[in-house]
Order: sequence, then structure tokens, then C-alpha cells
Amino acid sequence: MADLVKLTIDGIPVEAAPGSLLIEVARRIGKEIPAFCYYDGFSQVAACRMCLVEIEGIPKLMTACTQPVGEGMVVRTETPKLAEARKGTLEFLLTNHPLDCPVCDKGGECELQDMVFRYGASESRYVEIKHHHDEQQWSPVVYFDPARCILCYRCVRVCSEGMGVNALGVVQRGAYAEIAPNHTDHLECDECGACIDICPVGALTSDTYRYQTRPWEMNHVGTICTHCSNGCKTTLGVRNDQIIRGNNRDRSGINGEFLCVKGRYAFDFNESEERLTTPMIRKGGKLEPASWSDAVRFVAGKLKQLKEAGRQIGVVGSGRVTNEESYYLQKFARQVLGTNSIDHERSGDVVTLLDALAGRANALATVDDLYRAKAVLVIGSDLAHQHPLLHWQIRANWRHHAAHTYSVTAGPVREDQHTVAAIRAAEGAEMNALEQLRDKLSAESELAIVFGDSVKGEAVRQLVSFGDSLGIPVKYVCLVDYVNSRGAMDMGIIPELLPGYQSAAAAGLPVGLTLPQMLANEHLGALWVVNADPLRNTRLAAKEAFVIVQDLFLTATAQQADVLLPSASLYEKLGTVTNVCGEVQRLTKAAQTMGAKADLEIIGLIAKELGMASQMGPWITDKVFAEMQQVVAGYNVPLPVIATGGAAQTLPPAVKIGVETDPALIRSARDTQFTSGTLGSYSKKLDSLLESPGSLYQGENVLALATQ
Amino acid sequence: MLFNEPSPLETKVLTRRFGLPNSDTVDSFLANEGFAAFRKAVTMTPEAIIDEVKKSNLRGRGGAGFPTGMKWGFVPRNSPKPKYIVVNADESEPGTCKDRLLMQYDPLQLIEGMMISALAVGAKRGYIYIRGEYRYLIDIMDRAIADAYAKGWLGQNIQGTGFDFDVFTHTGAGAYECGEESALLESLEGKRGVPRIRPPFPAVAGLWRCPTVLNNVETFASVPSILLMGGEAWANLGSPRNGGTRLFCISGHVNKPGVYELPMGFNLMRMINEVAGGMKGGRHLKAVIPGGSSCPILKAEECDIAMDFDALKAVNSMLGSGGVVVMDETTDMVKVALRIMRFYQHESCGWCIPCREGTLWLKKILTRVEAGMGQRNDPALLHELANNMLGRTFCPLGDAAAMPTISIVEKFRDEFDDYIRRSPMASVAEAETEVPVGV
Amino acid sequence: MTLPQELEQKFSEIIGKYPPEYKKSALVPLLLYSQDALGKITPELVNEVARRVGVFPLQVEEVLTYYSMLHFPKPMGKYHVQICTNVSCQLTGGPELWELACKRLGLGHKEVSADGLISLEEVECIGACSWAPAIQINYDFHHFVTPEKLDELLDNLRQLQ
Repeated sequence: MADLVKLTIDGIPVEAAPGSLLIEVARRIGKEIPAFCYYDGFSQVAACRMCLVEIEGIPKLMTACTQPVGEGMVVRTETPKLAEARKGTLEFLLTNHPLDCPVCDKGGECELQDMVFRYGASESRYVEIKHHHDEQQWSPVVYFDPARCILCYRCVRVCSEGMGVNALGVVQRGAYAEIAPNHTDHLECDECGACIDICPVGALTSDTYRYQTRPWEMNHVGTICTHCSNGCKTTLGVRNDQIIRGNNRDRSGINGEFLCVKGRYAFDFNESEERLTTPMIRKGGKLEPASWSDAVRFVAGKLKQLKEAGRQIGVVGSGRVTNEESYYLQKFARQVLGTNSIDHERSGDVVTLLDALAGRANALATVDDLYRAKAVLVIGSDLAHQHPLLHWQIRANWRHHAAHTYSVTAGPVREDQHTVAAIRAAEGAEMNALEQLRDKLSAESELAIVFGDSVKGEAVRQLVSFGDSLGIPVKYVCLVDYVNSRGAMDMGIIPELLPGYQSAAAAGLPVGLTLPQMLANEHLGALWVVNADPLRNTRLAAKEAFVIVQDLFLTATAQQADVLLPSASLYEKLGTVTNVCGEVQRLTKAAQTMGAKADLEIIGLIAKELGMASQMGPWITDKVFAEMQQVVAGYNVPLPVIATGGAAQTLPPAVKIGVETDPALIRSARDTQFTSGTLGSYSKKLDSLLESPGSLYQGENVLALATQ
Repeated sequence: MLFNEPSPLETKVLTRRFGLPNSDTVDSFLANEGFAAFRKAVTMTPEAIIDEVKKSNLRGRGGAGFPTGMKWGFVPRNSPKPKYIVVNADESEPGTCKDRLLMQYDPLQLIEGMMISALAVGAKRGYIYIRGEYRYLIDIMDRAIADAYAKGWLGQNIQGTGFDFDVFTHTGAGAYECGEESALLESLEGKRGVPRIRPPFPAVAGLWRCPTVLNNVETFASVPSILLMGGEAWANLGSPRNGGTRLFCISGHVNKPGVYELPMGFNLMRMINEVAGGMKGGRHLKAVIPGGSSCPILKAEECDIAMDFDALKAVNSMLGSGGVVVMDETTDMVKVALRIMRFYQHESCGWCIPCREGTLWLKKILTRVEAGMGQRNDPALLHELANNMLGRTFCPLGDAAAMPTISIVEKFRDEFDDYIRRSPMASVAEAETEVPVGV
Repeated sequence: MTLPQELEQKFSEIIGKYPPEYKKSALVPLLLYSQDALGKITPELVNEVARRVGVFPLQVEEVLTYYSMLHFPKPMGKYHVQICTNVSCQLTGGPELWELACKRLGLGHKEVSADGLISLEEVECIGACSWAPAIQINYDFHHFVTPEKLDELLDNLRQLQ
């Protein structure tokens, strides 16, 4: 490593790596040099001229955002001359700014307001007519008010550099220069809203948030996005139990400030008028409202009766509930109901991967690893549409570290913009195609492999052997669908395995039914579905089976329920979830819906009604988590890490799992950013965006390759 | 037919072939010392060529006056990337119209200059970025280039020397900002003409991020005569540290406006009175913009001055691009200030805040003052706002807009006050700051 | 979009000037020569040029709206009269020529006659300062223009129709 450069900033001696930018080095020692256009992680533009500093020996004021540190450099960041310059620049900036702060969404958290407060003049000398251009709506979520825009180009950069979408540009010139969308008067893009979030002023606003509230009227609750398996942290702006905004401006969490369209806008399912708020019991073929106590009593009575009658009870869990709930559910099923017929919709072959990797340390990639690995191989997924955070990380890795990317996919993907090699291979044929990359991959110093559901069963073992044969450190990510799909596996929501990938058979449990078997079993006595919709395209073979459903909505499955119990959403719960990379994160309760209960509480109440409360233990998330830490292999993660908003990766089992699972049971729902078979379909906002691009393997931006 | 009659006071070096029949053909060029400098350069080492240019004290003719030899010396020798020669023929600085003539009357001199530069830095390809309005010159250059290819003076293994060089013209489409070298490169790459963050400078990362020599037309056109005469002799044509001759474009209130090739350091008053035939109608001289509209204005009493980079710098002005705009006593300086600001506002690329907003604000104030609605503190405000742009913008365009404004307000404050005195808005606000008067 | 053969030829010639990986460089020349040949720049042309040089249409639009000689979406007339009023021309009668042209043509800045024949623009310095005042009609320069000469030039345009 090169020697550190020594310099002085405002009299404070500092050491910094050669090439570091003054603005960053100053920030490190607590000197916030003002800037609008500078944004770490994106290209330099040096346009706002706010970060000017004085450097001894240089007569001109220099921009700290472009100035690398120099040996012996003496820098001053706050002087009367600089204050004067910043005041002058702000005065220029405000000349054509509408100063409509009282009605501006950004008011109260606006960087322009803050900057003027700190450096600006208290009076205006501008008496001319302001240049004005009316506000435009660019998409169902994106509005642009050119008058408020200060042309910092952050939006343009986050869209092209960050997302690879290139939907924003600058048109006209001089005082009339303006940000413009890619289709003259509207946007065709991922609708991720990154441009809105990154806007320092109120020029870009979102349909969901505009004119809704003042920022100080909200509680800002950091929790985990409920949609896909990437597990982004989202900060929900909540007022009166209503979620008004989703963003992650504090850049905490594994995703930094990244969120996709679902994370940013598809929280509105939570307030859907279709939410179930009262338990229902089927009477005379019709679901009738009931009290919680009646409903719980009814369920408990039925379950007891069926168990005593020796009837088969099937339990369907899901990737949408917390680890605690999954753990508690399987414990209840196996210990109280005495059934091992418990399953969920499996979306990735985690079991085979963990089995193949058993006993290895550092073989599972984290979200951060995808940003740091020297090379990344994507197999069988259009990440930009299916796993947007992973795509973002890999792209950032390419931008910042010149990481090599390889893709083996059925069609063009956005990674093609920067891949070293992109190979098209039909689903299931990926492993053969991979051989073409052997030489190139062997030459890498390390590799992270991300693979989708078309690689399952034997193919996963082949993939790991292939990785081993490269002779370099390889880490893997097995893609799964939902926020806690990985956690459901870890918690043993399959009949073959107990929590922590312990063989159920070895523990003496009877062979349980898998989900398709339950649905096809004509003798099933009861089906208990927790936040899943297995009957959306299938009929239950056991026509007489007693169906208990816990859900937020009246899904196809819920419509067939004998008892329907309204459950709380992930935004209304405590607990933990485990993302696609096996990283455990903790939820914070942001809101609540009157009448709905967390699934953990519902299961607990049923247990209590059955007199099994003490055996099950308290339905308090922290207590259940403590038990998980003891019982579930890999989950002995440090509580302080996750309690403070961090992510802790679970460890794979130390020994071979030794249980074969049927690869045919694994099928991803192939949801994209704009489709969702689950919660997303209850988001009006997401619905309004369905026309936007989003189908897989379209590689709609491959063209950008030519322009880089 | 030439644009203006030559003056006997001229030192015709770059313009010596002007007016010859078919001066834009290879045959005529060869018959008049054409490519002789290239023949010489081929026998020299790159270092020797650069040394000769350094000795000539040739300083960039585009306006900034950076020593050309030094600029060439910055091109990394061992870069594995291709290197490029780029000619800035985006002549757009108000008051300047010399590159037009150099391309029209001696296109091959420019190409020869590029070839010598290419030999010096190891380039194989050159582009001539010509402003879009000069379409007829693009056609002339294209014909000359085609002629040179046809006669073996461009392309592969030129005249058996083993040297390969290709030249292409590239049209601009109306943007003063593209005269700024990094904005020109952006434009040449098919982008908006927004300047780049520098460093790296074009010598290291220019066209397509490859090492690039980028000079003005006149700079390249000077190179063949430097090699022919020898750097020192060429330098001695001009004043100390300001080598050679340059083309001065005299315009405005003179009897014989025109483009004249004069030694660097030629006296400005002589230029007006002897070269350009004196003031029109015998009126008195009031002011001169010495080097294109971005240069601070000189009052009549400041005009007894040697026209070189250093002398003008000493009086806080600039030699710029050689556009000498002469104004007589009838000139309304408020109107001049307004017109200049309208230009810079129109041409500001909009990238950075102080230039984008500053030029617009200044234009609006000047427009209001000129329209008779000035306020008492407007001159002070103009002065202060221009100073708030100065040295703080992303590229020199902000300075180019600020400097003439500052100098006109300072030197002709009374004319602003006259306008304002007649304005119904005169008493609206009191001056907050005093403007230093005079220099 | 099908281009006239001559323009198609010009396209190949222009694109051929740049290394294939940098054909985006051809963007501005393609637009300007298209405007000359077709009289206007249409959204279809924007898409076509984008396709030819391998960029998004938005990138073409960014460039297109930056350069003052490219007129989009509103085209200029068949004869585009450009009168310079910048400082050297200002001192020598440019503004008077501008007033005269406005009056004679009944047009203002960047306005086009109803028949699309003539348009007028007050332009920035066109590089004819020493032969001011100067105007350009399309690409043709006219130097030392007097009001009489301007009258004559404008009369000629009407006849050229």
C-alpha cells in the first residue's frame, strides 16, 4: 500500500490515502464541506461550486469534490472568503428558485434550505422576473418541478450509473437547461424512485408522498422491506399508523440507500381497504365476522378434535412471516399437533447448496460480498428485475472496483452492459454452458456465484464442484423469492427437515406430506395456511378438510377458509427475517391495523386455548428468538448486531445434511419488480405501474453498452 | 479576392501565401515552401521538434496563451493508447475572425502544422473541429484534405517517410462553449459541449480519453514557419516571451477594419492609426476590447500599449484571441455591456450554478438599465455579482462574462449612472457598496 | 426511416470518420447535415440517428437541444436569415439591420414566415467581425451589409422561391 499523504485541514493534521478527495477526508474528521452535486459513489460533476476551499499556495478557490489530497497541503474549509463565495453562489441559485418552501414536500429536510440557513443571505436582491417552467408528471410515481431544480445531476447519475437505466438526461442549455425523461414527456424506467430520493431539493417528488405531510409530522421507522428476498432496510415515514413514505435516506442497512419500486412505493398494500380486520367463521357456507376469542376457541376445538380423531393435519407456512413465527409454527405443528406435514412454496434449492457446502467457512456470499468480490457470475436470473438490490451491488462493484461480471442466462440481462462474457443458455442447460467460461473464471482471484431456481438438485452439486475445480475461493448465493423464504427453510418449514437443517427422519419424526401432497390428499383432516395462497390455482382434494387461514387479504385460499384469521403485515410486526444471502435482520414495528394480529400471537393464542402455552413458551419475539439461538444451528447470531439495525449472516451447518429433497418442489414465482403474486397485487401504486417494462430477459438497456 | 487590403506594416509569415492563385491546392502549396517544414521535421527527433517550438515562444492563439511547446511536451511518450491531434477551429469569440482566413487561404499550412505536431507526439490521426457556421470552410478543408490524400501527403507512409497520418473535419453546430478545449472534446465525442473536470488535461486524457494535442488553428498554422525559420528566429519576430507574429482582427470604428498579421508586441495605437487607417470619421477613440469580448476593456488612455500577453496582463486585461474591437466616442457602453452579457448568457452551457444563474441575472439587470428602468444600486450590484462569478465557475466562460462587465462598470460607471438618473426607478434602492472607479 | 440517397451517403461518410467504437462522435454532424438535407429534424430522425450511432433517443435529444444551429422541434425556414448583432456588428449597424429585417419580413427572433420560406434569427458572433456588419443566409456570408444591401438580399429570397 502506498504511503499515506499528510495534510492539514483547518489546522487539524490528517493522513489520507493518496488520491482521496478533500471533501471525503474532511468529512472523516468532522468537517462537513457543503456540496449539492457531490455524491459519494457517483461520478464527479463539480457543478454546484459550493465545496470551494482555500488551499495554501493556490490563488484560486478549489473544489474539494475534485481535489485529491496532496502531501503537505494546507486546506481551509471555513473562511470569510469562502463564506462569501458560498453566499454568492446561493444567491445565484435562489434567483430562479420559486421559494415555495411552505408547500414544498422537501421543506424541513431540504438541502437547499439547510445550506441557505447556514451560508445564505437573509435578504434577496433579486428584483427581476423569475424564469419558470411548469411542473410535469413523468410517470404514475414521478413528478418533476423544473423551477425547483438546482441541476446537481444527482438524479441523472443515480439512474445511469447506479441503476443502469439511463432514463434521465439534460436538455437545452444555459439557464434553460433542464432534466428530461427518456420519452419526451414521460419516463419508461424501473420506477425505482432513486432519482426522487437523491434529489436534494423538492424538484423530483413522488406521487405517494407529495402534499401528504410535513416530514416532522412522521415517525421514521427503520425496518425491513416485506417484498423480495433481498432484505433491504427501508425507513418508513409513518403518521397516525399510516405509512406515507418509504426510503432509506440514512443509508443504514445492507442496501445503503437503495430501494426498488416495491420498497419505495408498494407499502400501500398495508392500508388497502381489502385488509382483513376481523376474524371470520364459516357459518352455513358463508364467512361471518366473529370475535377473536370465538374464532380462536373454534380453531382450537377443531384442531383438538381432528388430532384426537387421528386425522392428518397439514400446515402451510410461508416466506412472508418472521423467523420467530416460522419457528413457533413448526414447533406447534410438530409438538402440539403431532404432524410433520408442514411445508411452504420452495423457491430455491438452499438445502442442496448448504449440504454441498457443509462444514465450509466463508462459502456463502453476503450482499456486501457482491459489492466486493473481484468477480461475479450470475446464472439463471434477471437480477435487475428479480433481485434489484443484488443487481445494484454487482453494478456498483463494477463501477467502483472494476469487478468482472459474467452472466449465463436465458436472455439478455442488464449486467450485459458491463459483463466480461454473457452466455445465453436455456433454463436447465446452464451447467453445460458454464464450461465455456472455465478458462476466464479460473483466471479470476475469487468469485461469487449467484444462481436461480433453474439450478437445483444435482445441478447445484455440479455447480459447487465446478466452483471447486476453479481453484479459487468461491462464494454462493442461492436465489429465493420472498422476504423470509430463506428463513422458512432455516426454520424447518419442510417435512424433511427440522430447524437448523436437522433430519426429521433421524429425529424419529414420521414422514410428512409435502405441500403438493397435502393439497392432493383426499383424507386430509385440516389444512392450516399461514400467510400463503397455495389454492390460488389448485383445488383442495380433501373437500371436507377444515381450512384455517391466516392472511392479510381474502386470497383465493382465504376464500375457502372455514376460519379466517386476519394477520398483521411485516410492517406491523417485531421479529427477524433472513434474506437471500442468509443475513438475519430485525424488524421494527411501524404501524398497526386494528383487528389484525401478528401470526406469532395468533399461533400463541391457539396454543393457549389448547392448554399448551407452557410447552410452547411465550409468544414474545425476543423469547422465541432466544430459543432459536439455542436450537437452530446457525442462528446463534449476535443480538447486539441485529438489535442495532445490522445484518448477521447465519452459518451453514457444520456437517452434511444428508437429506435429499425433491428438486421438483422448487419453483420460483418469477416475480419481477412490477409483478407480485402476493402483497404487491394489493398495492394500488404497483398496479398503476404494470404497463412499465418489467418482463424478464428483455435486456432493455443493453444498448447502453455501446455508449459507455 | 481577399477580405481586406493588406497593410504595408504587416509581417507576412502565416499569411504569406494568402492571395496566391489556387492557394488551397497541394500544387500551389508545394510551389511555395509547402511541406518543406514537414520534410525537415521528418528528419528530426520528436524532442527536437518540441524544443524548436519551445524556443519559438509560441503561445496558444486561442486566447489563453499557454506555451505550445510545453503543452506538446505533456503528452506521455510511452502511452500505449493512440494519440490524437485536434484543431480548435471553433472560432467564436466575438471580435475574432482570423482562423477563417487561415483555413480559407492556406488550408494546407494548417494540415502541415498538424502533421508536424503528430510527428512530435506520435499521433496518427487528427480532427479539425470547425464551427458549424463555417460550412464553406469545411468544404474547403475537405477538398484540401482530399487533394493531400490524392497526392500522397496524407494517409499511409506519407511520401515514403513511413509516417502515417489521417485528417478529418468535424462540424460543430453552434456553441461558443465548444471553443473551450475540454468542451470541444466532449462535443467531438458526440456529447453536449460541457467542459470536463481537469486534470487530467487533454495531453494526458483527451479525445476518447487518449493523449491529445489540442491547439487553435493559428497555433498549428504557425508551426511550419517556426521549423523553417528556426524557433529562435521566429521568436525574435515578436516581443520577449511572446514569439512570432499573430493575426489581429481589427473591427469597429476604424477606417480599414481587417485581419492583419503583425509582430507580437505591436503597439495598439499604431495598430489603430497606422494599420487600420485611423478612427472612422475622425472621431475620438473611447475604448478598445483588446482580444475578443471576454477581455477587460481598455480606456483610450490605456491604449498606448504593446499587444502581447504580458503587457496586457500587466494592465489587468488580456491579449485573448486577437480580436481588437475599437470603439469611438459615440459608443454607448451600457449597450456594449448588455450585448456582451447577452452573448455569454446565451452561450453559458448551464452546467455550474454561478455562470448559469449569474449570466442570466446580469443580463436582466443590464436589460433593465438599458431600458431606462435602472435602480441606483444597479451598477454596484452588477459589479458585485460579476465578482461573485469570477474565479468560481466550472470553466473560464464565467470569467469571460464577468471580466468585461467588471471593467466596463468600473471604467464607465458614469454612463450607467446617466441611464439610471433618467429612470423612474432611480430612487428605489440606495447603493450598498461603493464601486472602485477607474484603474 | 429511409433517408434520401445523398444523405445516406453523407451518413456513411461521416460515420466513417470515427473509430467504430466511437461512432457516437458522428451525432452532431449527422443531425446538422440531416437538417440541411431534410429541412427539419423530426422525432423519427432522432430515433434513426440514435439507432445509427448506438445511443438512446434521449441522448440524441440532450445533444440536439444543446446546439443553437440545430432547430428542434420547430424547424426554421428554407432561407434562414441570421443577423449578427454582437459587439463588432453592434458598433457598425448590426442592430439597425436587425430592426430592418424584422420590419421587412414581419418576423421576430426565430420566427418563420407562414409559407415556411424565410425565417429570421438574431445570432451571436459569426466570425466576420472585421467585415461587419455581417449576416448569414443559410451558410452564405454577407459582409459590410448596408440597409440597401439587406433589402436587396431579402428581395432576392422572395424571388428565389
